[in-house]
Amino acid sequence: MAVTTMIGAKIHRREDPRLVSGEGRYVDDFTRPGTIFLSVVRSPYAHARIKSMDVTQATKAPGVVAVYTHKDFAKVLSGTMPVTPSFVAEKKQNPPRFPIADKEVVYQGEPVAVVLAETKYQASDAGNMIDVDYEQLPAVMDLEKALEENSPKVHSGASDNVGWDLTYIPDDAAVMKEADVVVKQRILQQRLAPTSMETRGVLAEYSKPDGTLTVWMSSQSPHFVRLFLAGAMGIPETRIRVISPDVGGGFGAKISPYSEDWLVPAAAKLTGRPVKWIESRTESLQTTTHGRGQIFDVEAGVKKDGTLVFMKVTQYLDAGAYLGTFSAFQSCACLLAGGAYNWKHVSSRTVGVLTNRVPTDPYRGAGRPEATHLCERMIDLLADGIKMDPAALRRKNFISEFPHQNHFGLTFDSGNYEKALAMALEMVGYEKLRHEQEEGRKKGRYLGIGLSSWIEICGFGPSAGTAPATGGIALVESAQVRVFPTGSVAVYVGTHSHGQGHDTTFPQIVADTLGVPYDMIEMRHGDTAEGPAFGYGTYGSRSLAVGGMAVHKASKKVVDKARKLAAHVFEAAEEDVVFDQGHFYVKGSPDKRKAFGEIAFAAYGAGLPEGMEQGLEAVAYFDPPNFVWPFGTHVAVVEVDTETGDVDLKRYIAVDDCGNIINPMIVDGQVHGGVAQGIAQALYEEVVYDDESGQLKTGSLVDYLVPTANEFPEFELGRTITPSPTNELGVKGIGEAGTIASSVAVINAVCDALRPLGIKHVDMPASPDRVWKMIHNARNASHDGHDGKEARK
Amino acid sequence: MKHKVATTINGHRHEHEVEPRLLLVHYIRDVVGLTGTHIGCDTSQCGACTILVDGKAIKSCTMFAVQSEGKSLTTIEGMAQDGKLHPLQQAFWDEHGLQCGYCTPGFIMAAAYLLSQNPNPTDDEIRQGLEGNLCRCTGYVNIVKSVRSAAATMGGAQAKPAAKSVAGRS
Repeated sequence: MAVTTMIGAKIHRREDPRLVSGEGRYVDDFTRPGTIFLSVVRSPYAHARIKSMDVTQATKAPGVVAVYTHKDFAKVLSGTMPVTPSFVAEKKQNPPRFPIADKEVVYQGEPVAVVLAETKYQASDAGNMIDVDYEQLPAVMDLEKALEENSPKVHSGASDNVGWDLTYIPDDAAVMKEADVVVKQRILQQRLAPTSMETRGVLAEYSKPDGTLTVWMSSQSPHFVRLFLAGAMGIPETRIRVISPDVGGGFGAKISPYSEDWLVPAAAKLTGRPVKWIESRTESLQTTTHGRGQIFDVEAGVKKDGTLVFMKVTQYLDAGAYLGTFSAFQSCACLLAGGAYNWKHVSSRTVGVLTNRVPTDPYRGAGRPEATHLCERMIDLLADGIKMDPAALRRKNFISEFPHQNHFGLTFDSGNYEKALAMALEMVGYEKLRHEQEEGRKKGRYLGIGLSSWIEICGFGPSAGTAPATGGIALVESAQVRVFPTGSVAVYVGTHSHGQGHDTTFPQIVADTLGVPYDMIEMRHGDTAEGPAFGYGTYGSRSLAVGGMAVHKASKKVVDKARKLAAHVFEAAEEDVVFDQGHFYVKGSPDKRKAFGEIAFAAYGAGLPEGMEQGLEAVAYFDPPNFVWPFGTHVAVVEVDTETGDVDLKRYIAVDDCGNIINPMIVDGQVHGGVAQGIAQALYEEVVYDDESGQLKTGSLVDYLVPTANEFPEFELGRTITPSPTNELGVKGIGEAGTIASSVAVINAVCDALRPLGIKHVDMPASPDRVWKMIHNARNASHDGHDGKEARK
Repeated sequence: MKHKVATTINGHRHEHEVEPRLLLVHYIRDVVGLTGTHIGCDTSQCGACTILVDGKAIKSCTMFAVQSEGKSLTTIEGMAQDGKLHPLQQAFWDEHGLQCGYCTPGFIMAAAYLLSQNPNPTDDEIRQGLEGNLCRCTGYVNIVKSVRSAAATMGGAQAKPAAKSVAGRS
């Protein structure tokens, strides 16, 4: 009998045998006969004018095939790199960006020339022989100074450094007066480097006789790459094939197109040879888009009884030297600032600021970790302000009726926030822990408990909402289901799996919908030559809620046709045909049943019902009616060593609700990884530039601290299930949840630990250095007879 | 000027003329053609390129190919025997110890060395033993579980997770 209970089962991943055997195929594992290697010569300065460039020596170096600069690429590439409206429809300044600099460089690492050589060592050697004469210009690094009228400009000749300035909802002075206690806080979101373990890479081959271009690329969205390449290179989409094979992590940084995504295919066209470029880790830290990079000025008010009154948010977003393709997406922090709570009023404004740094763009969570961080920080500060337990303040103000429309017109589909909070508190042993904390304080132990009741908007998205945001393409999703005569099934999807396990979970959906054994279902993705005409890629925790639904929908189309055919075979009315667990039968006669495979075989034969074509396959595009809204509560327990400033993360509890679950093993894995990345932001990671020169100081993994296994406790997971009413599967998303929730759980715990010292807020990363200085200042202040207020940032 | 280098990789003898500056990892990937060993950082932080050199875990981006002269190397491709996955490979599969899979070969090789030195590690010893390797997907939870499980399969006494007080790890 066909397996029909795959949804919800812990199925081991079918992609793993090849990956654990070294048989995975990442971009650098591919080669083509005659491949040459590309090395990019980059600006060593954050801001400079290129006075002259001498490539003579490099051209003569051993193995060098060609050296190209702006003027060469200008012959084969047109247009500028794309910038979408995202959450800011009108930009004040959108500097045009060509993939390679001409006269002026505006961030360290911007390409100025490329070398092509027979080996990668030769390409790199020759790159060092290119002599560029730069005139250094002042680098704009500080967000606030960048907004001053007399600030130097990121781009010479620009009138200011403002990318955008948009007020979503203005303040309401009358409501603000209703609060008994008002708290103001500046909250920093440091720049982060997404740091997928596989860096970016491109291999391109151009066939002059056929006019076709084949590109292997480490990408989360190969169809978009094809679309952009078609525009820039003037080649029809039908003659471009983009293959994103195994991809070693993306985390949002492999959505938007990059300079090299154009330069490598263009170089293949110019030289007539296959060209490969693999990003080094230093290039990655320098030039792959960064995440976060924001300053929030927040003000919030509460009544003495714990009723939340207002929240006012101003976001300053460090866009970098150009607007990233989706940089304004991160403005969604302003739309979600109210979090899981009822507020009488929420006002917000976003300001995108240009600086001489590499552009920022989505990084796991993109705007939603920032929203959760600021909201949950403010809840704790307000709770402290009215001397109320932070869990009680959350409980009192949770949104509890769904669907719920927030102040910005977004509709939360379903939730049960109190249940997740209760489970998390139960798991951590909240009351007992508070007692342990009290006792510890008497003995000079600084234990801290931090809560984060998070919400998320994901599953991008409804066509009506997303088409304007991308500038035209609606973020729906496509799937094709093809049933072969023997009943084998092939599924093609427009999403891309780079660790999320779609090869396993999507066939679980198909197996249940078609009633076909799981092992008979083949899953294909990441090759634009296969499947539906367009796919939308994987990001924003959208693959299941949108792509999984497309798979489900295409499967149902197949069942519908098979049912018509079965009715014909049974000589029965279609409405009398039952489809159950992979078999068709006529109501009342389950013994005379026909397996799905038998009907599939018949679909390729003769004697079909009148008007029915042979074959059994279907394409579906799923356009969700709304976003989906996962939620949960996380709790971090830390102990701070006040002598060294070291934060020891002792326990981490994550209770998440992502609706119905296809594969619990994979859901847990997604939570683990997400939580780790948020903790990494809270305690370790930070992209640091020199404030004056704009030189990147964290240019290798020696300086950029990606945490190891030794930095984490084992995470304790819990789950509630509140199905989404937005789609038939009842699913939401889980890819970003951990990251959205965890940074503030840890920081709230650190602040909770340090409260007895008068420290109210700590910014990220809460490194020993930062924490020790704060403790030191707080103690000095209190020795001076103050209560520590001077130490507050 | 090229130098001759002769090594045994996964039981097969290889001999090539290489530039003295050629990194061992590039030799393994680009010259020998074994692409299961990955490159993640160029500065020996990430451990994606970990292999065994005469039984010892080495980051193959920190050695020149010529330094492997006369040595016996094991890469991820040499772990399965007679078509059967090595217990570590099997455990990473069973325990969902990988997601994107890019760091996985390095982790498996580092774990193989760890278990050769300490067949029955505690969770803390596993975490410390693998701190030369970075994973960006798993939060390490299931990697630790995988190594614990493989240790049990490979004959070490049942490795147990550390006991917890309410406030967690000691």
